Amino acid sequence: MTTINRGATHAFATVLSNKRVGQYHQILLGVGDLVKACKPGNFVAIKVGGDSSRMILRRAFAISRVSESTSFGGTMELIAAPHGSGSQWLCSQPEGSEIDIVAPLGTAFGIPTSPVNALLVGGGYGSAPLFGLAEVLKSRGCKVDMLLGASTGVKIYAPMEGKRSVNSLKIYTEDGTMGQTGKVTDPIVDLIKSGSVDVIYSCGPMGMLSAISKLTEGTDVVHQCAVEEAMACGIGICMTCVLPVKGSDGQVSMLRSCIDGPVMDGADVQWHLVGQTPQVQQ
Amino acid sequence: MALSWSNSAGAAMTLTNAENFDFSTTLGNAYFASPIFTASGCASSGKEFAQFFPLSQIGAVVTKSVMNKPRHGRPTPRMAETPSGMLNSIGLQGPGIDAFLANDVPWLVEEKARVIVSIAGETIEEYATLARKVRSVAGISALEVNISCPNVENRGLVFACDPEASRRVIDGVRRIIGGDLPIIAKLSPDVTDLPSIAAGVVESGADALALINTVLGMVINIDSMRPHLGGKTGGLSGPAIRPVAVRAIYQVHQAMPNIPILGMGGVTTGRDAFELILAGASGVSVGTASFGNPHALIDIQNQLQQILIEKGFKSLKSAIGYAHRTEMP
Repeated sequence: MTTINRGATHAFATVLSNKRVGQYHQILLGVGDLVKACKPGNFVAIKVGGDSSRMILRRAFAISRVSESTSFGGTMELIAAPHGSGSQWLCSQPEGSEIDIVAPLGTAFGIPTSPVNALLVGGGYGSAPLFGLAEVLKSRGCKVDMLLGASTGVKIYAPMEGKRSVNSLKIYTEDGTMGQTGKVTDPIVDLIKSGSVDVIYSCGPMGMLSAISKLTEGTDVVHQCAVEEAMACGIGICMTCVLPVKGSDGQVSMLRSCIDGPVMDGADVQWHLVGQTPQVQQ
Repeated sequence: MALSWSNSAGAAMTLTNAENFDFSTTLGNAYFASPIFTASGCASSGKEFAQFFPLSQIGAVVTKSVMNKPRHGRPTPRMAETPSGMLNSIGLQGPGIDAFLANDVPWLVEEKARVIVSIAGETIEEYATLARKVRSVAGISALEVNISCPNVENRGLVFACDPEASRRVIDGVRRIIGGDLPIIAKLSPDVTDLPSIAAGVVESGADALALINTVLGMVINIDSMRPHLGGKTGGLSGPAIRPVAVRAIYQVHQAMPNIPILGMGGVTTGRDAFELILAGASGVSVGTASFGNPHALIDIQNQLQQILIEKGFKSLKSAIGYAHRTEMP
């Protein structure tokens, strides 16, 4: 049985800055030594709405990146889209607010021990954790190419400083308002065929992750994806965020995306069974 | 950043007079140093919580209801947040009793946790089979018989909605268990006459009652314009159902003041736990609150003890059912 991320701590964090970036908010939290346990792909569960809130469940956010600065100590950056009432609350928190967090949670992207050609694919603000990952991969000597996609230009999250940590960045929008017109998955087939990709790291909507898994099927390309399922707790006790995943024994079981994920091997996730219940094999 | 809890010191009692206060409780012949337990289905089998506090510091771990065979549960989406609550439709996903007893119980015993095993079956025979397997394992303080899970395929299988079926399940389990291990029957509030169902299971051999399971509900997604949950219906939990729990506990305690009740339903603070105890609960399980606060059990335990001392109680036991007293103020 897998257990919770051993580095997880329940603590208060201070909002150091909260900036609007396009349709998103870039929120910087002062979290102290907790950053030492954070790895690209991990997430944070945040209590929202204050003590008298009718929202009783934490909200999960991918950790975009962490750093240890001389002025603020350990900091954690999140990218939030103010869509629901919980993320709206978080995006409205001014500098200096104290927020209740549990972090780091979940699995991390696997980092290769030798330099490889990595392709990072992000959908919408799913790109957020990929910039932190790109920095780590670059520091290990990897070639890092990034593809970002969204339905429309304002939904692309691509900060200037993030562009420095990649060798190339291409943007795709379905309506053509930014970058090339098309889907972010369009160029992947040719990239795989040309042999210029060893590992794909992806984060974004489930449809995109599923599509990439189809493209890597039968190839030598490893696909590590960060999945997104509705969670109530983030710490493995509620059993709501499950996905059908094939184990090494070939059996499909419902694994928690908070503990066995969010980073999973795209080849193991049974995308066609999401939203169904697999048969129990006795 | 201020750390609000630490794994070892965070749970320590710092209250004055706490040493002289008797916080213990009993369910049947089982003794617990604290009345604050996990709620079945809201703690998995304890390992995930152990990261945040030692399991030996709470009254008991009530494990997730386990069935005879491994089970995948219901399809996703399994969860919908509702005002001051949530709807879940897990469907008793679990490893099956054999793997559970071989892996999870020994681990909990090693952690020095008090263990209450919760079982759920689809037939009266399955409950008896489960009871037989549990009987042979050491280190278990009590057996919760969950006859009220709302997330089963057939609502006709919710034994706790049928007085006769409830009695037969408990009777079958009692015959297997004998007189040693206390049996706690977990009941549903979704019935017309809860005290009569409670009386039936007590007659059949339940030593204690767990009140309440979740309340059956539904959320319709206004984008898809269909039921949101994969299982369509789900169990409502959280502060939204606390008054239902208080009512259920009060009614049953009034009818059977000598039968211990493990109360639960939306308890989020020590004040809430105190309310259930006043209604007649001997112990209080914390479920959904742990999803929002991994330290909820420890926080509630500390707050409850403080409230009891402030109100002038000498022991937890003296507060049980205090709302039923007849003397005039």
